[in-house]
Amino acid sequence: MSGKPRLTYLNGRGRMEPIRWLLAAAGVEFEEVFLQTKEQYDKLIKDGLLLFQQVPLVEIDGMKMVQTRAILSYIAGKYNLYGKDLKERALIDMYVEGISDLMQMILMFPFSPPDAKEKNLDSIKDRATNRYFPVFEKVLKQHGQDFLVGNKFSWADVQLIEAILAVEEKIPAVLSGFPQLQAFKTKMSNMPTIKKFLQPGSPRKPPPDDHYVETVMKVFKR
Amino acid sequence: MSRKPKLYYFNGRGKMESIRWLLAAAGVEFEEEFLETREQYEKLLQGGSLLFQQVPMVEIDGMRMVQTRAILSYIAAKYNLYGKDLKERAWIDMYVGGTDDLMGFILMFPFLSDEDKEKQRAFIVQKATSRYFPAYEKVLKDHGQDFLVGNSFSWADVHLLEAILMVEEKKSDVLSGFPQLQAFKARISSIPTIKKFLEPGSHRKPVPDDKYVQTVRRVLRMYYDVKAN
Repeated sequence: MSGKPRLTYLNGRGRMEPIRWLLAAAGVEFEEVFLQTKEQYDKLIKDGLLLFQQVPLVEIDGMKMVQTRAILSYIAGKYNLYGKDLKERALIDMYVEGISDLMQMILMFPFSPPDAKEKNLDSIKDRATNRYFPVFEKVLKQHGQDFLVGNKFSWADVQLIEAILAVEEKIPAVLSGFPQLQAFKTKMSNMPTIKKFLQPGSPRKPPPDDHYVETVMKVFKR
Repeated sequence: MSRKPKLYYFNGRGKMESIRWLLAAAGVEFEEEFLETREQYEKLLQGGSLLFQQVPMVEIDGMRMVQTRAILSYIAAKYNLYGKDLKERAWIDMYVGGTDDLMGFILMFPFLSDEDKEKQRAFIVQKATSRYFPAYEKVLKDHGQDFLVGNSFSWADVHLLEAILMVEEKKSDVLSGFPQLQAFKARISSIPTIKKFLEPGSHRKPVPDDKYVQTVRRVLRMYYDVKAN
């Protein structure tokens, strides 16, 4: 039996993608089980593997972990991506939570009705350029360091690069006006573990398409 | 200058209530500034105190913290309510994630139309009794200990008690069928700091009413058209 973490989710980004990013950034290899049918999902529940009947599920260090944030915090703590003390952890948590609010909008986007999509895209652009990106632009400008917190690579940096790329997929020129973030994006993309994750053949999943949306509806049908 | 934490929010539960619970459980006194007008909120925004332009905001240990989960994690760790190691913290985070999801269904309840409120009430009770309460009932039954994690009082216990009381406000007999949770509720409620918080005159806020809803809408200019789950 492998000691690698095992991820159970759909074959797509969803709520598991930040976890794939963080494990990859930490240089941790992992296995994946993909849910394709309602029967598979019902079996997981019946077998008592899902504490709250939900995925993501990550089997790691003898635990069957659920709840995305709990999983991410555990990985960050285990692989020293959570700052050096309580205050750095507080900053990382604040940054990650803010970015996560932005990512939530992107997560829900494929499931919005066709006539709401343009409005939702405008909201994503508005939030990214007026609420979230300016904060991180300012943080990086003020301390002039490569990383968001404590002059050291952390979970916050991984979450931010993921968000930048996800928003750019929807709004290609979104970083114009954010020179610090442009430089940050380049630096993070060139870090060896992240560079590897951004190459074809990695566990990184493509943007959600209609097939993904259909699978979600099918597997989680009430 | 007072060293007590200072909470900036509306005079009502919302997202700040879990923070009030945790500080109180830890025996920490705090101050509150209540947002009543749009002008107050704009002043906070212009002053740069709200990192993502949102409340809750808590001034604590020289930081202006935002993001409810970040604030709660900081308080839990600072006051030793976060387990003894990484694995215990993982369990606490998982349990808190569940109660957070459950309380999330109740958070927007006051903003719903009367018709949607009935729908949502049924939804809340269904989720509580079929998904969340059974999970915690089993945890307590399996280890037979007084607290959820590591045989030691933690953030997870505070959060679960808060969730139980909130669901009971929607359906008073919702714990019938959950003997472990009934015993848990009695036990945790009698912890001195929590007992004090549950008494009149504490920082605990009442069930949100129309006045609260109007204040939030007026100050934030949002949440006019909230839908049920």
